[in-house]
Amino acid sequence: MEAALQERQDSIHRTGEAPFVMDCNKDSLAGAVSQRACVFCGSRVVLYPIADALHLVHGHIGCAVYTWDIRGALSSGPELHRMSFSTDMQEIDVIFGGEKKLYNALVELIDRHAPKAAFVYSTCIVGIIGDDMAAVCRRVSEEKGIPVLPVQSEGFKGNKREGYKAACNAMRQLVGMGDISGISKYSLNILGDFNLAGEIWLIREYFTRMGVEVVANITGDGRVGDIQRAHGAALNVVQCSGSTMDLARMMEEDYSIPSLRVSYFGVEDMAESLYAVAEFFKDEEMMLRTRELVKEELSVIMPELMRYRKALAGKRAAIYVGGAFKAFSLVKAFRTIGMQVVMVGSQTGTPEDYEELAAITDPGTIIVDDSNPLELSAFLQEKDVDIFVGGVKERPIAYKLGVAFCDHNHERKEMLAGFTGMLNFAREVYGSVMSPVWRFVPRKSETVQEVPHD
Amino acid sequence: MTKMVPQYVSTTNACKLCKPLGASLAFRGVEGAEPFLHGSQGCATYMRRYIISHFNEPIDIASSSLGEKNAVYGGGANLKLGLKNVTEKYHPALIGIATTCLTETIGDDVKMLLYQYRQEFMQDGGPLLVHVSTPSYSGTHMEGFHAAVRALVEQLTVAAEPNGTVNILPGFLSAADLRSLKEIAADCGLTATVLPDFSETLDGPALRDYPLIPKGGTKISDIRAMSGAKATVEFGYTLPDQLSGGKYLEKAYGVPLQRLGMPVGIRETDRFFEVLSGLSGKPVPEKYAMARGRLVDSMVDGHKYVFGKRAVVYGEEDLVIGLTSFLAEIGVQPVVCASGGTSGSFVKAIENALEGFAVEMPRVHEGMDFHEIGELAAELKPDFFLGHSKGYALARGLGIPLIRVGFPIHDRVGGQRLLHIGYHGAQQLFDLIANAMITVKQDNSEVGYSYM
Repeated sequence: MEAALQERQDSIHRTGEAPFVMDCNKDSLAGAVSQRACVFCGSRVVLYPIADALHLVHGHIGCAVYTWDIRGALSSGPELHRMSFSTDMQEIDVIFGGEKKLYNALVELIDRHAPKAAFVYSTCIVGIIGDDMAAVCRRVSEEKGIPVLPVQSEGFKGNKREGYKAACNAMRQLVGMGDISGISKYSLNILGDFNLAGEIWLIREYFTRMGVEVVANITGDGRVGDIQRAHGAALNVVQCSGSTMDLARMMEEDYSIPSLRVSYFGVEDMAESLYAVAEFFKDEEMMLRTRELVKEELSVIMPELMRYRKALAGKRAAIYVGGAFKAFSLVKAFRTIGMQVVMVGSQTGTPEDYEELAAITDPGTIIVDDSNPLELSAFLQEKDVDIFVGGVKERPIAYKLGVAFCDHNHERKEMLAGFTGMLNFAREVYGSVMSPVWRFVPRKSETVQEVPHD
Repeated sequence: MTKMVPQYVSTTNACKLCKPLGASLAFRGVEGAEPFLHGSQGCATYMRRYIISHFNEPIDIASSSLGEKNAVYGGGANLKLGLKNVTEKYHPALIGIATTCLTETIGDDVKMLLYQYRQEFMQDGGPLLVHVSTPSYSGTHMEGFHAAVRALVEQLTVAAEPNGTVNILPGFLSAADLRSLKEIAADCGLTATVLPDFSETLDGPALRDYPLIPKGGTKISDIRAMSGAKATVEFGYTLPDQLSGGKYLEKAYGVPLQRLGMPVGIRETDRFFEVLSGLSGKPVPEKYAMARGRLVDSMVDGHKYVFGKRAVVYGEEDLVIGLTSFLAEIGVQPVVCASGGTSGSFVKAIENALEGFAVEMPRVHEGMDFHEIGELAAELKPDFFLGHSKGYALARGLGIPLIRVGFPIHDRVGGQRLLHIGYHGAQQLFDLIANAMITVKQDNSEVGYSYM
């Protein structure tokens, strides 16, 4: 395609055309205006929701200030995670080293906020000047009696996935520190949900109704103490596989805890995930309770969902999200409301992820890795898309072209998980697609059609 | 003023952004220009996200996307590849290249790399390359903004015949402010080159096609000819000479420089019109005399609602100075004037802005973060906050309104449409402030008056 640079051609595929080999999971191409962020971003977003920890960014001010209150990440208690702490390195620190400033800042902030643990994020500049962050963290940890964990997240060290790994490495040090007595044999940790708009509360409620104890949220509405006890759980359920699968693997290695990949988006994946958990525990009663739960929840949402389906049937959707796993669920969720996905892509998918996407999408669907505004806007036009699902950086691309939009990323305020979340998702899609404003945008204004009335 | 704010080692909830963000904004205000950051991919993406959330407009900032090897062996190859790719896809007339803390620390010699790039790839032409050094570990986004403007002027202007135009270097204003500024100049009969001008590039219409580079911006030919202008008008009392495009034009080409404050409120706007009048040789147009008259009339009508109210004002130094000046004019007592900037001239400028008014000198501090602002606010019992969205949590905690001005406005629509400057801007500010105070009074009344 013309909008794509030559080097990017192998990262764009169409389902059903040519053998499927996706060029992905590598550094972004210089000058291509990638939608990706960096290693630091990956670490920061994963650890961000741990609400009773101090999150100190060791570097210049930008990295800290651009991640201040960046995600919804609701907390049912402390909100220390919503503050932006930085060592705000100055030229003099770059020349003479920032270790002393880091030490003083850590001591000052720990004294002020009494956190349960501290995460210290390394940034590009720290990686270059070579501050021994680990040594400073060890010293403060000994002096203050709380875990102080370095997160090796220098921005240039790779892409966002490297940041996820660095975050998991830091959490690995917490797991195993707590007392695990009294934890039920029917217990699990929730990995990879960040409680952006209250999702994890709903999922926990489902598990409670099934009779499963949730030990730790990793990391939505997360607490240091819970993560320290996470090794006492019988199972890890992992959503957003890219970000926390590494931790699940580490916990399998360290504590032989098995894991299940799950997704809470869309009725199909939500139900399947609950059934998979019930099956894991091999408990007849639990399976019955789970069936009952699914039936009950579906009966609540289905009538309204079907109304949206009627209005939205046949409309075309495009998806561009951070992780491919979310994209799988969204493809299915759109199908539930009768819509067709014509383009789907992610920032950090793996070859296996893209193969799966190719398998579940219709022929001709565009599948893309690490895309950019020029490509995305060309896809939206080529496929005459009715709604685009993405994050803040994708929003103006859709809006500028007069295409509806649904935020499925950090800044959204709508709870989109579980059965209730599916209904919210349909409402969101409906509320944007059916708005009368599209009648006036250049894309449509020349072919105005009557808006159907109910 | 007498008491020092506790100087913490750590920064909490900063009241500033980093240098390359300011440079990117300035470059976006040049016609056909593409901002380009030489550094990690994350920098460009974070800044795009931050800017998008305010303007609700696409902003493509390219990056050289350095990886680990580049950090060790130098980022030259990636810089060149990035420039080549951006040229191929965006067909820019100019690429504005700003460095980041990473490339400054590893010591990439951008000037030399660009020389090599021109030799290797630009023998048959190509975009203009303007570069600016913006290490994020010194200064704020405002230093980055001014440095980029200065770089544009330094690297693009050539000697020109006197052309009777006026250069206006306004600093960081809203899109609405820039539109208003151009209208004012035109109404005064002046041909003005406003640099930068993102009034359209960051506040454009709905389109059928995605704009490679949005329409609008200061014309490159106009920047080249700034040397022939009859004067430069530059806003900003805290702008240091070495970052001043106006100073450069004065020194290199003898273009007389008029340094003014940001024209916020009556007196600063009066000064601005006086200067324009002097340059045009004509009186202030009737339209603005009337706007000033209506403003004064409305200030009389509403003076009791705002008199003696106490305000915390924060943001970029020059914006805070302008706002403080206006608050004094309407009888509001500024109690805290805070900025993350560290120009060294902030306190003096606030003193000047308040001179002759019966208000107490507020606590004026450079290098502040929101933790420190919050400590002062808790002590000084303000009635409202005046500043950008990031003060919301503090204002909410104190149960007082936040009146949103400046950048970023991340929690309301229309940040780009806020008007701060001129008589019309002062009118909007007055209405906002007066109505916010009326709302408080009305909401807290048990009676529930519908007349206020």
